[in-house]
Amino acid sequence: MLKDEDRIFTNLLGPDKWDLKEAKKRGDWKDTKKLLGRGRDGIIDEMKASGLRGRGGAGFSTGMKWSFMPKDSGKPHYLVVNADEGEPGTCKDRDILRHEPHKLIEGCLIASYAIGANACYIYIRGEFYREAEILQKAIDEAYAAGLIGKNACKSGWDFDVYVHRGMGAYICGEETALIESLEGKKGQPRLKPPFPAMAGLYGCPTTVNNVESIAVAPTILRRGAEWFANIGTPNNTGTKIFSISGHVNNPCNVEEEMGIPLRELIEKHAGGVRGGWDNLLAVIPGGSSVPVLPKAICDDVIMDFDSLRAVRSGLGTAAVIVMDKSTDIVRAIARLSAFYKHESCGQCTPCREGTGWLSRMMNRMVRGEATIEEIDLLENVTHQIEGHTICALGDAAAWPVQGLIRHFRSELEDRIKKSKVA
Amino acid sequence: MMSTLKITIDGNEVEVEQGSTVIQACEKAGIEVPRFCYHERLSIAGNCRMCLVEIEGGPPKPAASCAMPAGDGMVVHTKSEMVQKARQGVMEFLLANHPLDCPICDQGGECDLQDQAMTYGRDHSRYIEEKRAVQDKELGPLVKTTMTRCIHCTRCVRFATEVAGVPELGATGRGETMEIGTYIEKTLSSELSGNIVDLCPVGALTSKPYAFLARPWELTKTPSIDVLDGVGSNIRVDSRGAAVMRVLPRDHDDVNEEWISDKTRHAVDGLRKQRLDKPYIRKNGKLKPATWDEALSVVAKKLKSADAKKIAAISGATADVESQFALKELMGTLGVENLDCRENNLFVDPSIRGSYLFNTRIEGIESADACLIVGSNPRHEAAILNARIRKRYTQGNFAIAVIGNQDDLTYKYDYLGNDANILSEIISGKHPFAKVLKKAEKPMLILGEAALMRSDNQSVAKLACELAEKYGLIQGEWNGFNVLHSRAATVGGLDVGFVPGKSGKSTAEILKASEKAQMDVVYLMAADEVDMKALKNSFVIYQGHHGDAGAHAADVILPGAAYTEKNATYVNTEGRVQRTQLAVQPPGEAKEDWKIIRALSEALDKTLSFNTLEALRKSLAKSAPVFSKVDHVEQAAWKAFGKKGTVLKKAFEPLIENFYMTDAISRNSAIMASCTENKKEQLKQLPAA
Repeated sequence: MLKDEDRIFTNLLGPDKWDLKEAKKRGDWKDTKKLLGRGRDGIIDEMKASGLRGRGGAGFSTGMKWSFMPKDSGKPHYLVVNADEGEPGTCKDRDILRHEPHKLIEGCLIASYAIGANACYIYIRGEFYREAEILQKAIDEAYAAGLIGKNACKSGWDFDVYVHRGMGAYICGEETALIESLEGKKGQPRLKPPFPAMAGLYGCPTTVNNVESIAVAPTILRRGAEWFANIGTPNNTGTKIFSISGHVNNPCNVEEEMGIPLRELIEKHAGGVRGGWDNLLAVIPGGSSVPVLPKAICDDVIMDFDSLRAVRSGLGTAAVIVMDKSTDIVRAIARLSAFYKHESCGQCTPCREGTGWLSRMMNRMVRGEATIEEIDLLENVTHQIEGHTICALGDAAAWPVQGLIRHFRSELEDRIKKSKVA
Repeated sequence: MMSTLKITIDGNEVEVEQGSTVIQACEKAGIEVPRFCYHERLSIAGNCRMCLVEIEGGPPKPAASCAMPAGDGMVVHTKSEMVQKARQGVMEFLLANHPLDCPICDQGGECDLQDQAMTYGRDHSRYIEEKRAVQDKELGPLVKTTMTRCIHCTRCVRFATEVAGVPELGATGRGETMEIGTYIEKTLSSELSGNIVDLCPVGALTSKPYAFLARPWELTKTPSIDVLDGVGSNIRVDSRGAAVMRVLPRDHDDVNEEWISDKTRHAVDGLRKQRLDKPYIRKNGKLKPATWDEALSVVAKKLKSADAKKIAAISGATADVESQFALKELMGTLGVENLDCRENNLFVDPSIRGSYLFNTRIEGIESADACLIVGSNPRHEAAILNARIRKRYTQGNFAIAVIGNQDDLTYKYDYLGNDANILSEIISGKHPFAKVLKKAEKPMLILGEAALMRSDNQSVAKLACELAEKYGLIQGEWNGFNVLHSRAATVGGLDVGFVPGKSGKSTAEILKASEKAQMDVVYLMAADEVDMKALKNSFVIYQGHHGDAGAHAADVILPGAAYTEKNATYVNTEGRVQRTQLAVQPPGEAKEDWKIIRALSEALDKTLSFNTLEALRKSLAKSAPVFSKVDHVEQAAWKAFGKKGTVLKKAFEPLIENFYMTDAISRNSAIMASCTENKKEQLKQLPAA
């Protein structure tokens, strides 16, 4: 359990104001110039040592990502912050934008400096209208205070931040689709390689980071990598914001230690499962893209990248979706399939054609209008999508269905048998 | 020298250039990789996912070989179980929403999806849900759409955007509901639009004029050359019986890559209309059918009785080299010196081959670094060559400037004005573009026919030559001086010397003499562009294949063969000697053109020495050595030409008013007529400038 003094987002739930005056009281923008004074390599080494893994879902080392940026490309470098938070169940970045925007802006300056970027684009989800307003006001404040802009924080580094509002496509949360969208094109993921660090925004070296990854950077540098690395479990260090939703008594966002047991997380912070722990059916532990876990696994699984992977699910964005026994689990997953069908960009074949196929079959499965053999076909189709697409949306569409079949196959079979009898 | 790297594919080691992709390496190793979206002349999309291969040591999933750069020491498997399964999966997805309408689809028999389904498809469909249906799009008179068949490979989108330079196609919508289209319905405005039909791997885009006319396996395929512009695009003529059914491009990296213009592709229906299929003799003011013997004896009598000084011959836009050579030889035996292959009065120096060629060559455009276009609209005069200029333009660092009409050429350029005197400003160094030329290492100049047809053409030519010399357009191997011909016959005619003899008259002088009744006989060889009214005092012999302007003015008509009906040589604007092949027989009693002249020589008792095509070509190569090698461009000597004089303060006139109708064949094509109509509609819809 995280100690209060180790909390990074002290205003995550917003009892205090988001503005610069209050943010400074919370420790933001303190000696930023000194932090920058450590130099590009100093900052990147510190970030690597902290063990921070990207908070957007894939869990790739943030320091490592920054170190991929070329040192002398002769081209402008860019930092792009992915604030297109659209993963169903996830709402952590939203609270950062609402209540702690200065942590993000300070992080942008530090990260940009570390990767040699003089400009940063924050691509914010279009539906976050008020959040975009707050973010823009916070940026204006920072400009007025000389914290960003020409000679930011008197560090000698020129730095500009631009807010770009998205138009509501889930796929634009994929980093290369986001870049395409930022360039004014249709949001479709790019082929990799080349990775954005070589050719990203406008063909220039670009780093794309999640809001949370960037927002924690200043605190890590201030308090030291060792402090951060000592929180959590090995290789899964630090604190993490968990978004707990669904059938709990008190749905909430909470910053906790990595590796906290799922049950403790739900019971301590979300007031427990509706009707008690025994009323639990299943949990999706990391946002809609990761496979569902049945109660038996939820009983003792701990919440970090590696442990969840070991039970064939994932930490993803740490959006914990809790479902009690009143849930029609087939219908719940069918809803996710419909979501991925709707949000597939349509660029590459397996996802474009496969998500529709999955969704239609899942809709029949909900009603039991299928044959037992079709469960295998359904699983086979998910494997035909998985790993064959340009971006990870194909995988994300396949995994929830795979999780359903893995853990709730009997539910599917019962339904089919029942509908046959009727 | 590019460094190479070694890559192992299915156990075979191949060496490929640095920067190659895995699919290219596979091709080099002779291993076929199925693909739909990948096309070597377009950018990489990587969206069909059919070309998946397994790469050892990578993540445990297959990689798209079209987008994966080959790495040194890479080990690739293209036939492993993982690959087979992945491709079968992709194929199943592609077929899931693809209609099962092959029996009524024009792509049948030449459909990539059909072919690859034979290898990777299942024997039955597991997809039992409802299929997607997409509304068809109206793309104009050439491209027929059945959008339900579309597999979203985006080849058409990339072609239109990258090669044709008209970004009119794109994708709208997401996921399953993604559609290829123009967003706001409009017809394609490109002169190259027909190529998207070839590119489409399925039956979503098919040829509208060819719809339901034939199946590919019924067609006889004859490799040939296009003669409807000066590019000499390599084509394949597909025929059934006596009819040319369609024309497709053939690969030739140095000429047309694998594109052809819409005129090249679709004007062929003009070959079936208004054809001259028997000889005619004018009696009492009316053309009456006659036998060959009658027609030839009338012609022979006229030629024998006329004074050699009062006989002239003019060859037109589609005349081949053999017949021009034969006619020149025959006229030589009669002592006639009034010959001209330039019915448009083009001024060049026939004695300097470099003065009338596109010396840089089409492929050479890609290595140029600056280009000045004078009095030409390459988009209309040579659409394929214009695509090459655009290709060079998209690679960057290519300054283009235009003196002439300000048209949309599909690339950006500096517009300098429409006055030939700007050339002298550039020569003097005062003009800003002079700096660009000075800095360029391989500058080029394109001189259009419009610049060489005016009354001051000699002075314009002189200026162009001065500019070429001043800015180092010709140095060492590099020759940046270019004349862009819009007609297939001119260069060949100049090469065989179908030009006025020492005291001979040029086209303009022949017409003037005829008006004054000082020209008794005029022999028109497929010449339809001269002012026929000027010929009313002369006895006109017309040899050609269409009942066009020349035939209407004729006193005797000798029916010849069109380019699809004869084995003939043409020389393109670069000076490349190429040959057409007989695909179908000439209609009725029409004959191959050189044979007509051979027969006429007998009727005149001046029998020419050759009696076979081989003998003719041998004798041709002897008199003009450039003809000894086919598909070869001889580096031509260059020397300044023209005469210093006043250059008129006058705008260059557009050479081609209507791209779709420029010669006897395209003027008689109903499809070209509908394209013309469509163009008019498009222009009407353009916002006022």
